[in-house]
Formats: sequence, structure tokens, C-alpha cells
Amino acid sequence: MSVIVVLIAVSLLVALGFLIAFLWAVKSGQYNDTYTPSVRMLFDNENKDSEKEK
Amino acid sequence: MSIQNPDIKNKKCFHCGEDCTENSYRLDEKYFCCNGCKTVYELLNENNLSNYYTIMDMPGVSFKGVHSKRFDFLDDDEVISKLVDFKNEEIVIINFYIPQMHCSSCIWLLENLFKLNPGISNSNVDFLKKNLEVKFSHNKISLKEVVELLASIGYEPNIQLDSLDKPKRQINKTLFYKIGIAAFCFGNIMLLSFPEYLGINIADVYYQKLFGYLNLVLAIPVFFYSASGYFTSAFKGLKKKIVNIDVPIAVGIIILFTRSSFEVLTNSGAGYFDSLTGLVFFLLIGKLFQEKTYEFLNFERSYKSYFPLAVHVKVNETEKAVPVSNLKMGDRIIIRKSEIIPADAILFKGNGNIDYSFVTGESKPVQKVLGELIYAGGRQLDNVIELEVVKEVSQSYLTQLWNNDTFKKKTESYFSEFSNKVSKYFTFAILLIAFAASLYWMQFDTGKALNVLTAVLIVACPCALALSIPFTLGNSMRILGRNKFYIKNTGVIEKISKISSVVFDKTGTITKPGEAKIDFIGPELNPFQKEIIKSLVSVSTHPLSNAICNYLQVGKTYEVDDLIEHAGKGLEGNVLGNFVKIGSLNFVKEDFVDDNRTDSDESNDISSQVYLSINNQILGYFNISNSYRSGFGNIVEYLGSKFNLSILSGDNESEKENLNKIMGKHADIRFRQSPSEKLAYIKSLQRTNKKVLMFGDGLNDAGALAQSEVGIALTENVSYFSPACDGILDASGFNKIPKFIEFSNISIKIIYLSFVISFLYNLVGLSFAIEGMLSPIVAAILMPLSSISVVTFATLSTNYMAKRKGL
Repeated sequence: MSVIVVLIAVSLLVALGFLIAFLWAVKSGQYNDTYTPSVRMLFDNENKDSEKEK
Repeated sequence: MSIQNPDIKNKKCFHCGEDCTENSYRLDEKYFCCNGCKTVYELLNENNLSNYYTIMDMPGVSFKGVHSKRFDFLDDDEVISKLVDFKNEEIVIINFYIPQMHCSSCIWLLENLFKLNPGISNSNVDFLKKNLEVKFSHNKISLKEVVELLASIGYEPNIQLDSLDKPKRQINKTLFYKIGIAAFCFGNIMLLSFPEYLGINIADVYYQKLFGYLNLVLAIPVFFYSASGYFTSAFKGLKKKIVNIDVPIAVGIIILFTRSSFEVLTNSGAGYFDSLTGLVFFLLIGKLFQEKTYEFLNFERSYKSYFPLAVHVKVNETEKAVPVSNLKMGDRIIIRKSEIIPADAILFKGNGNIDYSFVTGESKPVQKVLGELIYAGGRQLDNVIELEVVKEVSQSYLTQLWNNDTFKKKTESYFSEFSNKVSKYFTFAILLIAFAASLYWMQFDTGKALNVLTAVLIVACPCALALSIPFTLGNSMRILGRNKFYIKNTGVIEKISKISSVVFDKTGTITKPGEAKIDFIGPELNPFQKEIIKSLVSVSTHPLSNAICNYLQVGKTYEVDDLIEHAGKGLEGNVLGNFVKIGSLNFVKEDFVDDNRTDSDESNDISSQVYLSINNQILGYFNISNSYRSGFGNIVEYLGSKFNLSILSGDNESEKENLNKIMGKHADIRFRQSPSEKLAYIKSLQRTNKKVLMFGDGLNDAGALAQSEVGIALTENVSYFSPACDGILDASGFNKIPKFIEFSNISIKIIYLSFVISFLYNLVGLSFAIEGMLSPIVAAILMPLSSISVVTFATLSTNYMAKRKGL
């Protein structure tokens, strides 16, 4: 019987973890700009060595 | 290196995509329309940034029409400290608004600024806001150099007078927190309520208690934090004796919470925590949906966004950049070609040729001679002039408009009038039903009476009602936005649906700026005559010359000898031995003597007729009239049948006949209206109980736009300056105006319909409640169901109607 109590406690804890993750994401500004990162990730990451290529 | 090449024609510029002309450049098998574009290409190539051209084709910003500015004022410490966001001994962080940003190549280049200058350590783009954050070390590169670097690659930051005192825009994250917490609690409470829903008869009371208390704990943050906005708003409303829609919501939430807590604590039931948290969650989602704003647009601009930040002042024969706000009477200022005159001033040196089209609505540039007063806001078209300031910036003819009360009133509540009216009756009706039902039950069972009273208030909580407005209007606002009509907030749609009078500005609003319709009146010119005329006018920079030059579709031009340009009168010159004169009638007449006096009557001449004579024989004249935006005739026809139409023009009467022809008898057309006369005209309409919709574009319309119920600024490019308004309409959407108005009306009708739907749900819920049968499960099904169906109906029907209207 008490296993249900444990399960509920665990599920609440996991959910709480996600809530905290969400609040942190908002606080750290990840929702400030919802467009630019989607473009930015498509740019080739050219480091110093890529200068030879072109 | 670059070679000029005749077969460059019909090629597109590799940098900006504009058509190349004979004077274009070629480099590395690539073509460039102008030197500016070529320079950027070279600069980027040298710094291994040619990737810019591979992300998007022709991503560059055209340099045509861009006036090179000087940024000396950015050396001023006071200015710097006001502009930057952060500064310490080493680094500076500053945010720029860059209106030219338009594609992913722009993002890439702007984020790779550090490759162009090692002093810049980091740059970060927020594309939707067109914002660029630059972090640089001010020991290695100065702010002025950063701005110059940006300008040199075609991304000149927008630094105007208001950049100094703009409060930094803070993003309100509270709503996100509230929604996150409400969603978390809602989900978990639903889960914990499942045994109750399924009616599982658990032998052990222990679990019932445990779930009940857990629900209560989870509901507390929702009640006290997520829902707090509704309590304060309801309270504020009641204080002003307005029963806004938040009042019944707040009552519902409070009753839900107290009754549920009571049930749990006394162990008499499971409570309605699931309904409570679900309700709050849906309401907050609605709020989020409604609060969409166009972050890259600014609806609150004043003259300060138009005026430059600094101007060059002559002190002891040297030039010094001085912030415009520090200008004093008697200062001697220097205005270069295409700079804006920031204060009322007297012309002291040079030739004034001022374009006031944006400021007063005059479509033709005005010639000014020494000693004449020049009003602030005009743009100098000729070469350098020197002026003496006679009034401070805030006191000048134009900016005084902003001292008018019209600009102070705007504090709008976010509730629409309509929802307030509905919620008033709604609240009283619900209270009536609740008390009547409980009185009825009082006769049989006192306990049940209280039960019914609270149940009615709970189930009547106008969640669906409260959601129908944000979702309908929020979605309509998005649809309008897709059609390039950006409104400030959802309330504007409601206001548009109520208008009874439409007012247009002329110059720049219904006419296209910089475009003119030209007809030659007289015997047709032969190609050779056209060529020699074109040769003459192509030398001049006067707007009328440019217009005629564009009109004459011939290729060849010849050398012009003995060219003389008489300011405000015309041009004369010898082309292949033919003496050509072009200008006003008096000037072209044979016996004309230049007495060096601009006759002001003439420059204000009603007609825009440019006469032409070759070898002292008058051949005819070019009739230059405004070119109206396409579709204007249809708009007039549609609007004229429904509303009062007026046209307010700051320009002279030269277009009167044309306008009368287009407008027919419907319209009241007024010319030579000053900015304050326009404002007064709107006020006089409003005194006759008219609700005014005004379209304008320039600074001179600012007062009228602010005074109108709905003021809409029309602009060729939404990123550039437009006066304070309720909505910004991209010029390409001009011919959709009738559709926008119809669609706004439809949106309001959709709201009525969704009200009906939510009332039906309420009726069902109330019938349960009055009988005292509202179990938690009925509430938990009914409330989300009504909300979801209203939201779905609102969204789908607005989308469907938009499609049918072709939006």
C-alpha cells in the first residue's frame, strides 16, 4: 500500500524538478528571443582553421 | 580591380540585389550597383567574412538613399554615458536598434563583428527586436568607431534624440512564472483527483485524506500567486465603481478555494481544486495570447525619434557636435545635405532647399533665402547651410504640438468597454440566481442552501466569457499582422469596429512619396528633343528635375555647356548648340531677366507646371501631379458608402481637382492644414459624436492621430520612423483597408457568438448547481470543456473568416 505514497512523492519530486527547470529557463532569459537562436544554430561553426577553405 | 563595363546592365548587384547601371562596378566576376556595395564586399572578403553571401543571395543593404552621417557627437562623454548600458574600466555594453536587419545573413555578419575589429569582443542579435548588443573594449575601439563600422557595412544603428531618455525595455517575465506554476499544480492536482473522478471506492480513508491535503498544498501557490492579478484588478475596478470582468472571476476563484479548503479540512468532500487550478491556467494562457506585442515596432514615437541626437554648432570658427537638447538660442548650427534641421532657425549662409513633406505635408521642396525663418523638422536638400537658432527644440513650431493635452491623456484600461458592460449585468444576474436558489433551498435544508449558493458562484465563473475576447481578438491581431497591419493592442480592433468617420492625410498617405505622375502638355517631343532635355535635367539635383529625368525614357545624354541653375526658377544650358530652358513660365519666357530675387508667390504656385523652351521657343510644359496609391479609388468607393470621408492636407490646392474627381461628392477636402488645425478638425468631428479613424504618415499628423479614436500610421518601411499611433500599416497593405475594417467587424461578431456559447454552458452548469448536484467531477468536466470549446470556436472562426475575406 505504502508504495503508492512513495510513487506519488517521487512523481511530485520529478515534476517539481521540471518546474524549477522551467522557471530557471525563463529567468535566464531563454524566452526573451525565440527566433534568433533557431537561425544561429544553422550557421557553420568556422573556427580559425576554416580560413584556409575559402 | 574594378572596371567600368557597359554590358554590366541587366545584372543584379551581388551585394544588395539592385539592378546595375552603366556606372556600376565589376570585381571578381561579380557586379555591384554602387561603390558602397563594392566596398562592403571588399571589406568582408578581406576579413574572411564572405560566408555572408552564401547564407542568403544578395543579402546586403542598398546604399542608395542612405545619407552618410557624421558621428562626432559620439565622442561626447555625456552622450556616451547616456547611450551605453554598462561600462567599466575595460568593457562597454551597448544595445543598438538596427532597422536594416532583415535576413539570416544579417544575423551572421552582425554576430561576427569581432572579425572586423578585434576591439569588439562579442555581438549578439535579437532578430525579432532588431536589436544588436555589442560588447567592446573601449581602450581598443571607441563607440564612435563601432557605429562607423556598422554604418560602413550598411547597418547604421538608429540613434535619435529619444535614444537618450528611453527607459530600457524590461521583459515582463511574471506571466511566464505564473503560467508555469499554474500548469504544474493543475497537472498534478488532476492526477491526484483521478481516483475521485473514477469513483474508485478506496477502503482506506487515509488516501482520500492524503490526496485532499496534497491538492490543498498544490492549490495554495496558484491561489496566492498565479491568480493574484485577478484579485488586484477586480479590487481596482470596484474602487472605481466599475464591475469589470475580473470581478466575477475573482469571486469564483475565492469561493472555489474557500469551499474546497473547507471540504478538505473538514473531510467532507474532495473539493474543486482541479477546476480552480485549471481555470486559472486557462485564464493565464488567454492573457498570454492577448499580450502579444510587436516588439520590433514602436507605437509611442514622438518628434524625438525623428530628430537627430546631435548637430554641429559653430563655435569660434570650429565645428563642435552638440546634443540637440543642449541647443540654445543664438547658436550657429551647420546643416549638411540631407540633414534635418532640429530647431526653428534663421538662414544665415547658403541656399535653403527644404523638404517639408514629412513635417507639414507640402509635397514640393521649399526654397529659402538668407534671413528667412526655417521651421524645425525640414530636411535640407542642397549643400551646406548655416543657421542661427531662434527657438529651443522643445519650443519650436512643430514640437509645440507635443505640448498639447492630447499627448498626455492616453491611459487606457485593458478591458474593453463592451466586456465591462457585459460583465456588469452578468455579475448581477449570477448573484441574483445564487441567492434566489439558496433561499429556495433554505426552506428544506440550510446546509444545502450554502452548498447551492457556492456551487452557483463557482460554476458561473465566466471563464469562457473571459477567454473569448482575448482569443478572438488576439487571433485577429495576428491575422492582421500577417497582412502587414500591426496594431498596438487588441483593443484597437474593437475601436475600429465602431468608427463612423474616416480621415486621410494626403502627402505620403494617399499619395506615394517621391513619386509623381508626369504628363507633357504640348506637341509630342521627338527623341532628339527628349535627349537634349534629359541631358539638361540630369545635371540638376532638384526633385522636379529628377522626376522629369525619370520620365524621359531615352538612353543618350550629351554634354551641357553654359549651365546655369536659377534657384527656384529653372535651368538653362546649351546642348549641342541648342539653347534649352526649363522651369517656371516666367523664367522660360524670352525676355526673362534674372534679378536675383526669388519671387515667393511663384514657388508657392498652385500648379506644378514645368515649362520648356528650346531655342527660345516654348514647346509646352510638363504637368506634374501626385501619384496616388493603387487602389485608392476603390477604397474611397467602399468607405464613402459607409462613413464620412475627409482629407486633410498640409499641401497647397494644386491637387484639388484631381482629388475631387476621385473622391466624388462624399468627401470634405481641406488644404493647407497646419498640424494643430488637423488636430482641431478631429476634435470637431468628435464633438458631433463621430468616432474617427485617421490615416496619416508624417509628424504633422501626430496630433490628429493621437486625438482620433484610432490613429493609423502608414509607412513604406515599418522599421523606420512613424508617429505615435494605434497601428502601423505597411504601405503595401494600403488597398486592403476595407478588408481590415470588415474583418474587425466580423471579429466583434465572433465575440458575440462565443458569448452565446459560453452562456449555454453556464446554463447547463447552473442547472446542476441549482439542484445542488454539482459534484467535483461535473465541474471538472464542464469548466475546461466550455473554455476549450470557446477557444476553439474563436480561433477557428476568425481563421475561417480571414480566409474568406482573403486576408
